[in-house]
Amino acid sequence: MSLYVLGSLATADGGGYQTPTTAEFYQPLWNDGPLAITRASVAMLLSVALIAWWLIATTKRAAIVPSKGQWVTEGLYGFIRNGVARDIIGSKDFLRFVPLLFSMFVLILVNNLFGVIPPVQFPTMSRIGFPIALTVIVYVVYHTIGIRRVGLRAYFKHLVPGGLPTWIVPAIFFLEVITFFITRPLTLALRLFGNMFAGHMLLLLFITGGEYMMIHGSFGLKIAGAGSFVMAFVLTIFEILIEFLQAYIFTLLAATYIAGSLADEH
Amino acid sequence: MQLFAGATHVAALVTAGEAEQLPVLPHMGELIFGLIAIAILYVIVQKKVVPNLEKAYSDRTAAIEGGMHKAEEAQQEAQAALEQYKAQLAEARAEAGRIRAEAQERGAAIIVELRAQALVETNRMTEAAHKQIEAERQQAVVSLRSEVGRLSTELASRIVGESLHDEARQSGIVERFLTELESGAIRPETVGQDV
Repeated sequence: MSLYVLGSLATADGGGYQTPTTAEFYQPLWNDGPLAITRASVAMLLSVALIAWWLIATTKRAAIVPSKGQWVTEGLYGFIRNGVARDIIGSKDFLRFVPLLFSMFVLILVNNLFGVIPPVQFPTMSRIGFPIALTVIVYVVYHTIGIRRVGLRAYFKHLVPGGLPTWIVPAIFFLEVITFFITRPLTLALRLFGNMFAGHMLLLLFITGGEYMMIHGSFGLKIAGAGSFVMAFVLTIFEILIEFLQAYIFTLLAATYIAGSLADEH
Repeated sequence: MQLFAGATHVAALVTAGEAEQLPVLPHMGELIFGLIAIAILYVIVQKKVVPNLEKAYSDRTAAIEGGMHKAEEAQQEAQAALEQYKAQLAEARAEAGRIRAEAQERGAAIIVELRAQALVETNRMTEAAHKQIEAERQQAVVSLRSEVGRLSTELASRIVGESLHDEARQSGIVERFLTELESGAIRPETVGQDV
């Protein structure tokens, strides 16, 4: 749809090529203003429905000898359960965080892949509201378990590692507070958002640009347009890798933060 | 800092249009949507998916361990059976050896017995033959004696010119003579070359 919109934008002007803008990402489908139902929201809803259906269908009768679907689900689940949760949080506590980490991973993965899957072709996470929503949960979870474990005062005290010279403690405390309360959530949300946003923007640029050159350009520009499409194809493959990687990184960092709050020593 | 500046800036922009908003600022509807989405998914995963998968995991572990246990048992059983067979085989071999030895022993015994029997039989037959020969000899002696008596009497009768039969018979002279001859009282003497 975005391509269509841009295509029409490009031709409507009649003039030169209109580069895709950030406005391109805001696509209200129903209503307008802060509570508009946007294209990303619909994609998110669709992803939840798809994931829920798939997970329930493949694990409803989870057997010792798995079916193909169960095998796929188990592969993903085992990847998060053993490769992320158990390895990072440790075998004592990891099991109660597996549902959260697994939900986040599949939700991010599917929504990221939506960026290149034809009927949707819109990376939900390029709308920062969604990464923020996920980050808020991670943020609340890791602070809550940390504070619950040792109490509020001790939690802040634990931010500074022991055995430091007294004069440096305030500075470290300040840095750690910034890290724990500002940098971590900010980077967690922005990393995911930025990757999806930039990746989608790149694809838009190459595809719409290529299209424009192919349609309106001279012979030389037509060749450049073909090159642009080739680049778009290559970048699409690259995007799939990034999309998977970002889902993994987000989950991995969430697990790391949780593990940090669970660990005895900071 | 930029964030906060942006926030106030955006508050003004929201009315102007969401599309012009900075992309790093959340659209409220989407933020709420995102929270709801992850909440729904979390509940589903926690209630429906993870328990089933964990159950499959533990079942599988149990099945594998059970399988290993079973295999171990089977191996032990096989080992026991092998031992039993070996024992049986050894027993059978011993039995065979014993039977063979016994058979040899019995064979030897039979041979000895047969030999003894044969010996007895031979002895018996020899004995019988001896007895028969003896009897026949006795018979021959008796008949010879009467014959010799008769012939002698006859010869003597011829020489004497009368019958001595009755006399000889009456006196038992021939008999006596022969008895004496047998006992060695008289030595037979050559009567003459011309007889």
